Amino acid sequence: MGLRTFVGGVHPAPSKGRTGDSPVVTAPLPQKVVIPLAQGGAPCDPLVKVGDKVQVGQKIGESQAFVSAPVHASISGNVTAIEPVACPNGRTSLAVVIESDGNDIWLNTTGGSSLDAMSPADIKGLVREAGLVGMGGAMFPTHVKISPPPGKSFDAVIINGAECEPYLTCDQRLLVEETESIVLGLKAWLKVTGAKKGYIGIEDNKREAIAAIKAAVTEEKDIEVVPLMTKFPQGSEKQLIASILGREVPSGGLPVDAGALVQNVGTTYALSQAITAGKPLVERVVTVTGTPLKKPLNIRTRIGTLFSDLLSFCELDGEIGKLISGGPMMGIAQTRADVPVLKGTSGILVLSPQEARPLPERACIRCGRCVDACPIGLIPTLLDQYCRHEMWEQATQGHVADCIECGSCAYVCPSKRHLVPALRLGKAEVMAQRRRKK
Amino acid sequence: MVKAILTLGGLGLLFGIFLGVAYRKFAVEKDPKAEEVLAVLPGANCGACGFPGCSGLAEAIAKGEAPANACKAGGASLAEIVAQVMGVEASAEDAKVARLMCRGGEEKAVRRAKYVGLTDCRSAKTVGSGGKACTFGCLGLGNCVRACPFGAMSMGADGLPVINPEICTGCGVCVETCPQGVLSLVPAQNRVFVACSSTAPGREVRKTCQVGCIACRICERTCEHDAIHVENNLAKIDYSKCTNCGRCAEKCPQKIIINETAATDDKQATAI
Repeated sequence: MGLRTFVGGVHPAPSKGRTGDSPVVTAPLPQKVVIPLAQGGAPCDPLVKVGDKVQVGQKIGESQAFVSAPVHASISGNVTAIEPVACPNGRTSLAVVIESDGNDIWLNTTGGSSLDAMSPADIKGLVREAGLVGMGGAMFPTHVKISPPPGKSFDAVIINGAECEPYLTCDQRLLVEETESIVLGLKAWLKVTGAKKGYIGIEDNKREAIAAIKAAVTEEKDIEVVPLMTKFPQGSEKQLIASILGREVPSGGLPVDAGALVQNVGTTYALSQAITAGKPLVERVVTVTGTPLKKPLNIRTRIGTLFSDLLSFCELDGEIGKLISGGPMMGIAQTRADVPVLKGTSGILVLSPQEARPLPERACIRCGRCVDACPIGLIPTLLDQYCRHEMWEQATQGHVADCIECGSCAYVCPSKRHLVPALRLGKAEVMAQRRRKK
Repeated sequence: MVKAILTLGGLGLLFGIFLGVAYRKFAVEKDPKAEEVLAVLPGANCGACGFPGCSGLAEAIAKGEAPANACKAGGASLAEIVAQVMGVEASAEDAKVARLMCRGGEEKAVRRAKYVGLTDCRSAKTVGSGGKACTFGCLGLGNCVRACPFGAMSMGADGLPVINPEICTGCGVCVETCPQGVLSLVPAQNRVFVACSSTAPGREVRKTCQVGCIACRICERTCEHDAIHVENNLAKIDYSKCTNCGRCAEKCPQKIIINETAATDDKQATAI
């Protein structure tokens, strides 16, 4: 085949058929949004009070910490509460609740600019002001990501269009529908980092996206479209760098150690919106899908919209077996539907009770399938035992801290071992020990 | 035959002499005091003192690097014995016992989802607090029970750990282990405590648990000793002021203030 890829990985059913070809629709303006102040890095301090009137795009939270991105109001209306709420990422965060006035009045921003008129420092400032974070799920503040530590630099920028998570199609649709904006965003990343070459990696099952982007970059000699093998976790940062550049991110290192900056498609689109229209990050595209939904869709919605609103918009019909924020491989199961869409919420997946039925965990039969599947080259079966028995020294030597929690091991395990939670436990402990030593 | 006896006997003698010399030459001087202290320590190696096991603490006490009352598990009675051994004045801290500040068992706490995963509270905490609607309460997967070095804890039928105050030494290992922070050390003479950890507003608590503190402040008004106050939606007892009168426990509409003196007959059911 000759397609570029990495070692290991698994082939879950893509399940993208129901939403892959359906254009992005804009959700009706929500009556109420709940905007958590901890969305990327250190939690922000609220800049508004209960009773304040806010406009779309108005900054409502900011922190003095460097590793933190500000948050903005996503609808216009009144602040009705500032209270702790449960977030889909499993945390509880202070949130600003805004009731809509139905008018959708945007804050009078400076309007757009053009990329040519901006210096790298301008772009970096804009990235922070617009509240950009990694929109693939991790929500790491983007202005920190594009600031390499002293002595290091980027020589390549990769747009992560792999979207290897089954069911999710929001990045795919953005690549097809907002091709020009994505290319502009990539040019901005190149300008701000000083990198020479830009890549757009897309799994080869997204033909339409590859064709669209290829057509848009025929004139650009610094940008290359790289079709990738359809394999999970192709969209993981380290695996993407290995596939496209053939470089390995060292153990415990960051992509910058391999000279690469990887950016999510959604974040890149948000950057181009910030440059051309002066819009901060107040909305995103979310794939809402699953068998109990009559009308699965890619929805452009405001940050802070409740999952329940989107589910009823997609005509939920039937019992929910499992509600997941994100995709089925790495997404987080939810215990309630009244959680808000965050900047990093790429999908809302509803599984039927039949699909979500728990299978009993059995003893490890030492088949070694997890070892073949691990894209990092770890030995999940051994690490599982170490972590369950709290043998932290051995777990450290087994590089448990390098686990990316992709779930490939658990996916192939015939005994349905809870490998990811066990390794996650070990990872947390080993990281804590490292911090204590410092 | 004779040759063999001589050879083996000679070798034996040689090694014997070598070992004898080595024993004297490389003898490790042991502090007799440390040995004496070690003999009286509980020997559970719980680690609550912060030293590497009981022997580590014994050495530290013998060297004077740790006070005589450093063994948390032993409490006042042991501190006295250790002080006697060391020939110093005993100054024991008040004995403490661990208490579970949650009563939201299977039938009392509302469950929002079913938890499937590792039988480990730390793991359950990362995914929606193990499915319980209350995010402050006990997750009930028994990390504390497994961690207790004295076997003072067991899992109750309602999915909450039961602490046997007779065996509990107040070492605090379970308190350190609990990722939810629902266990806490309470002075042993204080028999009245608030068995809830939820700082959620009352209306939230009513939706999630039948036995949660709703911050109604009735206890505050009832108390004659200014010993109980509602802070951050949760009643809190100042143990130095509490006289164990138990009036607040009688008045508490949610029955989350436990008065253990009143319930000694029914210990198994309430001593948590």
